[in-house]
Amino acid sequence: MITTLQQGDFTTIQDGGRWGYQAYGMPIAGAMDRYAYRMANILAGNQENAAVIEMTDAGASFKFDEEQLVAVCGADMQGKLGGKPISNWSSFFVPKQGELRFDAVVNGCRAYLAVRGGIEVPLVLGSRSTYTRAKIGGYEGRALRQGDVLYVGQSSAAPAGPRRLPSQCIMQYTPEVNLRAILGPQDKMFTSNAIQTFFTSTYIVTGQSDRTGYLLRGPKILPHGKEADIVSDAVGLGAIQIPSNGMPFIVTADHQTTRGFAKIAYVIQVDLPRLSQARTGDKIRFTSVTEEAAIEALQHEEQIVHTIARQQ
Amino acid sequence: MNVFPQDIKLQMAGEYGLVIELGAVISPDINALVLQLTRLLLENNRCGILEVVPTYRSVTVYFDPLLLSREALTELIQKLLGQLQPQEIGCLPSRVVYIPVCYGGVLGPDLDFVAKYTGLSAREVVTAHTAKPYLVYMLGFTPGFPYLGGLPEKLVVPRQETPRNKVPAGSVGIGGNQTGFYPIESTGEWWLIGRTPLKAFDPQRSNPFLVAAGDYVQFVDIGIDDYFTIRRDVTAGVYRLEVVTCNKGREGE
Repeated sequence: MITTLQQGDFTTIQDGGRWGYQAYGMPIAGAMDRYAYRMANILAGNQENAAVIEMTDAGASFKFDEEQLVAVCGADMQGKLGGKPISNWSSFFVPKQGELRFDAVVNGCRAYLAVRGGIEVPLVLGSRSTYTRAKIGGYEGRALRQGDVLYVGQSSAAPAGPRRLPSQCIMQYTPEVNLRAILGPQDKMFTSNAIQTFFTSTYIVTGQSDRTGYLLRGPKILPHGKEADIVSDAVGLGAIQIPSNGMPFIVTADHQTTRGFAKIAYVIQVDLPRLSQARTGDKIRFTSVTEEAAIEALQHEEQIVHTIARQQ
Repeated sequence: MNVFPQDIKLQMAGEYGLVIELGAVISPDINALVLQLTRLLLENNRCGILEVVPTYRSVTVYFDPLLLSREALTELIQKLLGQLQPQEIGCLPSRVVYIPVCYGGVLGPDLDFVAKYTGLSAREVVTAHTAKPYLVYMLGFTPGFPYLGGLPEKLVVPRQETPRNKVPAGSVGIGGNQTGFYPIESTGEWWLIGRTPLKAFDPQRSNPFLVAAGDYVQFVDIGIDDYFTIRRDVTAGVYRLEVVTCNKGREGE
């Protein structure tokens, strides 16, 4: 078992998400940065969908009862094992009674700690992800607190030993984030000037950003006529909503499944991890891309992930 | 037969989403088409479809573009659109879910305000609210929260200007021309006229969600004693939900 020595800023249990229930108003939740999450599980020798610990901004600290193989990917939170720095984007053994400590983030903002066997919390509708707003899933539906004890599961995908991810597979996080986006479904509600503004301006990430989404500040995006609201319809991961104040809001893991705001475009799936690592004050720019380009990017990423998964 | 094909729009929602807009307004007829298309898609069970989300007047399909191409999905949807039929007038509702509500008093602190605003007595407000079933157009906002249609004109009360910070879970309210209940504690702008001891979402239940899009909700007036009895049963997991199913060529619950 693993004991939480310090809880960090916002630490939750997440997996690939609670898919299949958006028709019932159930958000997907799950790891914000799917790339770092998947890599952490692969390096730890876990099944694709194993539950991990997601840390935000300032990381948590844990004491391990037994020796465990763990992996850390994502933002660099200056991890230390027994006082010695660990390598980010790698797997390594934590010895019996070992203490793994994480601190303030140096780049990015979300880090993933995977333990071989996965974090064992009850499944809720097939997922171990935490949706804190409705107190569903994960560790009692909430963020971890000092003293919380976590159990490790038995299942794992493959024999695994300490490994480092090749540097070309490590995602770099910069304070200037370029997000590729596909126009639609309500792009026709906006003037061509508005769309040009959207793709040529620089937006700043505001502090009102969390797992629900990123609120941006910058040149307003205005609709034809007065109303940009629509009859409420479904909203998916990466949707860029434009409410009446013209400020873009990009929805992420914990987003509401339906909303009455116009959606000018969708961030492509492969760029969501980079968005999930953006911090308050970072700059965002949007680039218009086609569906074909988005799918190509997806295929490329899948190839990388599968190559890493096949190696031992 | 085709159903007003010129009103139907197919839109892209990212590389993994396809939206089928079946109309422009909130109406039971358009919603019936939304429900039909949703059910046809779910029955078809095409590999690569991740989710089918019905809303007021569109169906959104989320799919894995590496498993299923948009062309193939579009072809399937066009085939299914050809199978849609306008809802027959007088067709009985498919599933009516009875939701017990204790009105007024501590559990419905705004009932008297609503009575005063509408010019009805508190009893008349309750009678009007429980008079007939409300269509569940869709779920959203929070797990299990139903968007209900059909609130009687005489019960319409503009939403609160200053929302309450804490609306208790189960609170039944009216706001504008909407009615419904809050599945979880949250902020809220509705006038609270009562409370239901039922949980809109309960992962322990065999059917975790109380209602689904296309169901009807019938509120039932109960006393405070029944409220607590039912609440105990709900917590113990032994409460039996009252549901009436219409068998018009479809399976019962």
